[in-house]
Amino acid sequence: MSADVKTRNQELIQEVLAAYPEKAAKKRAKHLNVYEEGKPDCGVKSNIKSLPGVMTIRGCAYAGSKGVVWGPIKDMVHISHGPVGCGQYSWGTRRNYYGGTTGVNSFVGMQITSDFQEKDIVFGGDKKLDKMIDEIVTLFPLANGLSIQSECPIGLIGDDIEAVAKRKTKEIGKTIVPVRCEGFRGVSQSLGHHIANDQVRDWVLDKAESNHETGPYDVAIIGDYNIGGDAWSSRILLEEMGLRVVAQWSGDGTLKEMEKTPKVKLNLLHCYRSMNYISRHMEEKYGIPWVEYNFFGPTKIAASLREIASHFDDKIKEGAEKVIAKYQPMVDAVIAKYKPRLDKKTVMLYVGGLRPRHVVGAYEDLGMEVVGAGYEFAHGDDYQRTTHYVKDGTLIYDDVTGFEFEKFAEKLQPDLVGSGVKEKYIFQKMGIPFRQMHSWDYSGPYHGYDGFAIFARDMDMAINSPVWGMTKAPWKK
Amino acid sequence: MSGLRQIAFYGKGGIGKSTTSQNTLAALAEMGQKILIVGCDPKADSTRLILHAKAQDTVLSLAAEAGSVEDLELEDVLRVGYRDIRCVESGGPEPGVGCAGRGVITAINFLEENGAYDGVDYVSYDVLGDVVCGGFAMPIRENKAQEIYIVMSGEMMAMYAANNISKGILKYANAGGVRLGGLICNERQTDKEWELADALATRLGTKLIHFVPRDNTVQHAELRRMTVLEYDPASKQAEEYRQLAGKIHANAGNGTIPTPITMEELEDLLLEFGIMQKEDESIIGKAASAA
Repeated sequence: MSADVKTRNQELIQEVLAAYPEKAAKKRAKHLNVYEEGKPDCGVKSNIKSLPGVMTIRGCAYAGSKGVVWGPIKDMVHISHGPVGCGQYSWGTRRNYYGGTTGVNSFVGMQITSDFQEKDIVFGGDKKLDKMIDEIVTLFPLANGLSIQSECPIGLIGDDIEAVAKRKTKEIGKTIVPVRCEGFRGVSQSLGHHIANDQVRDWVLDKAESNHETGPYDVAIIGDYNIGGDAWSSRILLEEMGLRVVAQWSGDGTLKEMEKTPKVKLNLLHCYRSMNYISRHMEEKYGIPWVEYNFFGPTKIAASLREIASHFDDKIKEGAEKVIAKYQPMVDAVIAKYKPRLDKKTVMLYVGGLRPRHVVGAYEDLGMEVVGAGYEFAHGDDYQRTTHYVKDGTLIYDDVTGFEFEKFAEKLQPDLVGSGVKEKYIFQKMGIPFRQMHSWDYSGPYHGYDGFAIFARDMDMAINSPVWGMTKAPWKK
Repeated sequence: MSGLRQIAFYGKGGIGKSTTSQNTLAALAEMGQKILIVGCDPKADSTRLILHAKAQDTVLSLAAEAGSVEDLELEDVLRVGYRDIRCVESGGPEPGVGCAGRGVITAINFLEENGAYDGVDYVSYDVLGDVVCGGFAMPIRENKAQEIYIVMSGEMMAMYAANNISKGILKYANAGGVRLGGLICNERQTDKEWELADALATRLGTKLIHFVPRDNTVQHAELRRMTVLEYDPASKQAEEYRQLAGKIHANAGNGTIPTPITMEELEDLLLEFGIMQKEDESIIGKAASAA
């Protein structure tokens, strides 16, 4: 990027900071920067409490545990423990596709809550939880386990959900996982991921004994939540190259798959931010190496397939090459069709903890350029990894505020903004094409070669829609 | 409602809040005042001397049985005892579970919404030991108790608690209308007790409204689950409570915004009265056997 762009971005940061009171400006300044090539990170602070008074886009620890990590495990019933709102208003908001029959052997699409009332707060909710577990066992005999996802009041009144979990596990003979993911803990959903990972370790892996037959090519997909079927379009490639996918964490995953994972040969980690903890634990305790991979766009897919294959024998390495070769004509066709329509288009991204870097390659495969990127809840190690993706001069914004995001887009005038549903309509009203990058805007999958074709079509659809030519106000002749 | 006096008794646990308040309120009833007692303690022992009962059914236990407070009627929770004193206990969870503070809030809201305060001259809140959380501060918030009476003694920890409660009152005094009505010293027969209590009252910007002497009659009455006023109305102790009741009755509008002191100032006060020795660092942390 030219020196002009860098200077403009620096000035833009100063411009937005000038709007804040002194103390707020000082704090926000640490989260905004322009990436300098060669630096080991993006030069921003992260994972710090959001400022009061700004519009932050972050979620809470409950969202991180129930919504992200645990919720997609399909053969368990996940109890939203506390008042009705947390479960009800987050119901169905993540598009974790899953197989099975809802309400019979799969429960992802259901919202099950202890629905706390005043008396549960005053007298404690342990008895209600106990009774509820019995009712769940009666209603859903094919559920293989339960998790208890704590909402804020559980931590405030000091309910002993661990004691209930232990007692009821003995009684019903199924895994029950208590999770202390009260929303007031931590600064974002990120701590919820960590707490959820810790509970997988303590209440599933430590207690599990799986005597399944293992093979030399056993792998687990870690940190793919199967949004719009992402894990399925990833799994195809891994299986085609000769690997045996034993477990999916946690999109379309099961408790049994989790229990089998300590015996795999390699853990394949997609969402580093939300599941690096358990990957590190399995490396330490079971000696399972893990490898980060990226299945967005053909360039990164090919590199990832080769990286994964490098941990196995020649059979797998050859398999990887075959897979890459097999899909090359399809990739060529997609690029031939869409690149002319998308070439040189610019994108600003603001997503959770992985995608702002992971999707950069996919855009570049289509000739597009990412000019701004930021995360809701990334940590320092994510911003280090981001340097492998973004170009010199890219505008970086951590835990961006509503005001900053709007201002940046106004000045940068990107051809596309990729962020969440809360941001979508603001930018569309500004006349900027938008794609939801959490839910794939009810489309997907975007992972794998199949996903890339859909990704390319969707970006074209957003950017080149004829609607943008009709947004001129009628009084502006 | 304009004539309604709302008062509250606070103080360190075990200091004699419930005993003092029930005897005083019995004396007020004797003066012809219509009284409502609201017990704000999960132990639910604030009304036993008035009702001659071990513990009455509480708002919260009845609500839990019925489903929620919305399912209760005022008559379900209100009991009438000695001299037509009306009694309600908020109740709460057994120790170690749930949230007793939220219970107090729920119970008081229920009473207000259902007109429990209509037609009485006095509402008196009897609140557990210390102001441990927002729930137990409920009676001192806006539009609740106008005056707080702190029951204390000459013991260090009772004075410490009195000072802490004053801090709680100060917090709400500027936002709402709550004032400190005064200290009630419930005699423990410690050294220079009256002088010390009086000095603390001065420091806190209030007055020692009454010094209740220790008298075994109280114990005899308690064993019969009665107030002294009812058990032995002619006794000297009954007269003490009548005096206290009279002073509280005359104290309307005379409450003050307290001026709590620091821990050091409190220790200085004890030094002043010779309870603690100056520069006596040598005794700190030493067991009796080591002395």
